[in-house]
Amino acid sequence: MSDTLKFDISGKTQLPTRMGFGDGLVIAGKNDPNVVALCADLTESTRMILFKKEFPDRFIQMGIYEQALVSISAGLALAGKVPFLSSYAMFSPGRSWDQVRTACLSKANIKIIGSHAGVSVGPDGATHQAIEDMAITRCIPDLIVINPCDSIEARKATVEAAKVVGPVYIRLAREKTPVMTSDDTPFAISKAQVVHDGKDAAIIACGPLLYQSLMAAEELAKEGIECRVVNNHTIKPMDEKTIIAAAKDCGAVVTVEEHQIAGGMGSAVAEILAQNDPVPMEFVGVHDQFGQSGQPNELLEFYGMGVKDVVKAVKAVIKRK
Amino acid sequence: MLDLTDKKVLAIEEAANTIREDIIQMLLAAGSGHSAGSLDMADVFAAFYFHILNHDPKNPDWADRDRLILSAGHICPVRYAAMARAGYFPVEELLTLRKFGSRLQGHPERMHLPGLETTSGPLGEGVAQAAGMAYAARLDGKSWRTYCVMGDGEQDCGIVWETLLFAGAYKLSNLTVIIDRNNIQIDGPTEKVMPLESLKAKYESFNWRVIEVGGHNIRQFVEAVEEAKATEDRPTCIIAHTIAGKGVDFMEYKFEWHGAVPNPEQAEKALKELRTLGGKIESE
Repeated sequence: MSDTLKFDISGKTQLPTRMGFGDGLVIAGKNDPNVVALCADLTESTRMILFKKEFPDRFIQMGIYEQALVSISAGLALAGKVPFLSSYAMFSPGRSWDQVRTACLSKANIKIIGSHAGVSVGPDGATHQAIEDMAITRCIPDLIVINPCDSIEARKATVEAAKVVGPVYIRLAREKTPVMTSDDTPFAISKAQVVHDGKDAAIIACGPLLYQSLMAAEELAKEGIECRVVNNHTIKPMDEKTIIAAAKDCGAVVTVEEHQIAGGMGSAVAEILAQNDPVPMEFVGVHDQFGQSGQPNELLEFYGMGVKDVVKAVKAVIKRK
Repeated sequence: MLDLTDKKVLAIEEAANTIREDIIQMLLAAGSGHSAGSLDMADVFAAFYFHILNHDPKNPDWADRDRLILSAGHICPVRYAAMARAGYFPVEELLTLRKFGSRLQGHPERMHLPGLETTSGPLGEGVAQAAGMAYAARLDGKSWRTYCVMGDGEQDCGIVWETLLFAGAYKLSNLTVIIDRNNIQIDGPTEKVMPLESLKAKYESFNWRVIEVGGHNIRQFVEAVEEAKATEDRPTCIIAHTIAGKGVDFMEYKFEWHGAVPNPEQAEKALKELRTLGGKIESE
């Protein structure tokens, strides 16, 4: 395929996606004086601190309450502001789902930033590992849901989210992960990217696990199995055209996400394919379990989201073709 | 604000009575909804739409309008009736309340009806959104004010106290909250379901100014709003002591009418009472 993008899989540069958000928010703040930022007592760890330093008058410290965080942001939006609100994904949108839903019903122009998503949060354990957030956001009408694959993509997603008029949820991670894209890599909301091509199976991934997906594709290639890998960063509205084309061309699909399999990105892909081009599918993600304390990589392996798990899923799905 | 002459007070009281009649007719036609709170807030809403608010019914999106948020979205019949009587939309449309395709949704929705500032119903969210609007006005150096009407049962919600903390900390003096203190909620009297008192002391401890008024006394209420506008260092909460179901004798003080609507005979009785001002005048 001529429009396959080349992503860097050397793993040389590693940065957390929340870092890119912090940079992107400052750019968004410079682009639009109506951009304001609200944070629930996590200014340093959600990287809103950069915006606070640059625009102290447009930063609002909220204390630890995520429900009012969302509704107060909705009020700011309805009065013309473009509020970015941040906490850990477990608490916003986790704790604030009702407020998010009502804000979307008003088409409030809020940008929800959920950091520390996934089991890779690590030692903090299950209470702080949001692995249900995409399920509870993608079912809300009009809410755009984005899970960037690396820090640079998170920066671009943030800048683009500020330009969209309407609610957006961006899911971020705590840990450093490989930077695969560059400043020159194109990014548009709802435009998935083919980053490795093949015809034996398609691996559709979102978030930093795109790296594991690309590593799996490399390993499989050594065994003569050629995979198409799709960077499916926008969970909603999803790029149906690219997803359907991947299913048609490869005849088998594996989805990869750091999230519960129930209701996540893979479920959304299955909904599209079931109606358009049903093909065998395998799902890499969390199998109806809670997380636990541990190191990020050992947790990803334990819960079945390592490179070997993607390889195994691809082989299994090909057998079912 | 224009002077509140006795003649003006009378006109607002008459408007409130008309709004009460509208509410009965709307709830009868809808067959479901919330009677008690809608009726008891008629005076407050008449005062807002016919005296207090800086607004333009023909230009509901006017940028410098005052914002009125109904956090207790379930009593929206009173708001819809007041809006229609103020000229936002035709009075006949009131009878479409809660019906398929109506702009008058069962709980108010911003995207359906111009003049609604937001979508409300999930309790406690409206006051938080109001605080956000007030903060935005201050950021922009705008003089428009934000008012928010809440229920007393609504005070049970955690998000309310999150918002009180926020508005108190940021001294949002351009925000005024009105609590409909009718002492009832669905399951019974508020002090039995989940005691709130002393509500005044609670608000004051969150750095709010509190003014208590009779919720059916137009002059007292308007003066309290004037005091709130003159307060520059804190948000203000006006606790409006009301009679649940005010104006309809068999509904007054009864929590059973929180979420119930009159049947045709009850509606007829209620309308007769409202049209004769409780028997003060003979003809309807």
